[in-house]
Amino acid sequence: MLVVIILIVVVVLVLVAVWAGYNSLVRLNVQADEAWSDITVQLKRRYDLIPNLVNTVQGYASHEKTVFEDVTKARANALSAQGVQATAQAENQFQQTLKSLFAVSENYPDLKATENFQQLQAELTDTEDKIMASRRFYNGVVRDFNTRRKIFPTNVFASILGYKTDKEFFELDEAAYSQAAEPVAVKF
Amino acid sequence: MVLFIAFVGLVAWIFNKFLGGQPDVFYGVLVGAIIYAAIMYYSGSRLALAVNGAREIKKQDNPRLWNIIENLSITDGLPMPRVFIMDDPSPNAFATGRNPQGAAVCCTTGLLSIMNDQELQGVFAHELGHVKNYDIRVSMVAFALTAVISLIADVIFQLTWFRGNNRDNQNNQLFFLFGIVAAILAPLIATMIQLAITRQREYLADATSALTTRYPEGLISALQKIENTGSVLQRQNTATAHLFFANPLRSHSLANLFSTHPPIDKRIARLRGMEDHA
Repeated sequence: MLVVIILIVVVVLVLVAVWAGYNSLVRLNVQADEAWSDITVQLKRRYDLIPNLVNTVQGYASHEKTVFEDVTKARANALSAQGVQATAQAENQFQQTLKSLFAVSENYPDLKATENFQQLQAELTDTEDKIMASRRFYNGVVRDFNTRRKIFPTNVFASILGYKTDKEFFELDEAAYSQAAEPVAVKF
Repeated sequence: MVLFIAFVGLVAWIFNKFLGGQPDVFYGVLVGAIIYAAIMYYSGSRLALAVNGAREIKKQDNPRLWNIIENLSITDGLPMPRVFIMDDPSPNAFATGRNPQGAAVCCTTGLLSIMNDQELQGVFAHELGHVKNYDIRVSMVAFALTAVISLIADVIFQLTWFRGNNRDNQNNQLFFLFGIVAAILAPLIATMIQLAITRQREYLADATSALTTRYPEGLISALQKIENTGSVLQRQNTATAHLFFANPLRSHSLANLFSTHPPIDKRIARLRGMEDHA
């Protein structure tokens, strides 16, 4: 009789553990999806600022055609990228072209003095901060999800429940990241 | 928190025994205390803001502050709280709100002028940490429990004057004594427990700030600046003192047991310890 009771208690405990583990995996999975879409929202905000920026610079430096084409192409690329890896790569490329656009604008002090350009710079800086903030949140959720998938006791049944793989962190290229951290280095 | 509730339950039980055969009064007091606690719980944040003279701002009123808070709330995955400013040259800030959806943060004009951006980020990450960890709700519950105990103690004192005749029962006498002792000590102990809880939550919010910003140095230098300039506000209000970032009350030389905030040098030391651990 005692053995039966112990067996029942053990089974109940196991079921509770599976239930709690499954729920936390689901919660973290959905949160990660939401965090990813928040990153894409911030990235889109930044890409929406670009045409305005290109027009402003073009007003003063209309002959620098290649730079404008590169920026526009990289932007289109980045907008169509899907998934963590592709977006990270497109983002890296975009950072490079943005660097050259600002390098070009260095040569035109009249341009830098205009209020329009300065406001765009301020908005771009703020957008970069927001992208970094949403990246950080996304990576935090991914870290929690991957941890939850691997720790005991959830790791025992995680793959059975359908969570077979870890999520990827949204990593930017180291060199590009240090540029992303100070995107508007204005030198005088 | 569970222990605190058990302690309150114990006091209530002693009170019940003390009353002997008059359960109606007991239930009356309990209902009154619960109503009081509920009022505090639901209107607490509006009260806290009004009593401190805070005015709400929008993005265009102070874009620097707004952007910092917006970016921090994105990092924490919280909805953007309402932002308030209060006029006071002394640097301080507080957060209020039972859950992240109804949260509000407020800072003094002194804080905005004294701190640089990174220090502001550290301070507000600390405040948003309070919101994220539901600390305000914890504090309100602790405060309500303390109020319940104080009410019960009060009623016991009211009743002792009218119960002098019922001394025949030996058991009753013992509980009578217990009741008096409890009435004197319980509010004191409850207050100490409540303050200990809020102090621990301050440390927790510091740690959350370090995790959010990945840069404890910002918060450390903010704390150092506050240590030098002091955080005493012009408006003194003991009911909302525990919500603030640093102690807003003029110091009375009471023991540390009665302080709402841990000492600043201890907070800095714990933050420095986090830098080595990472």
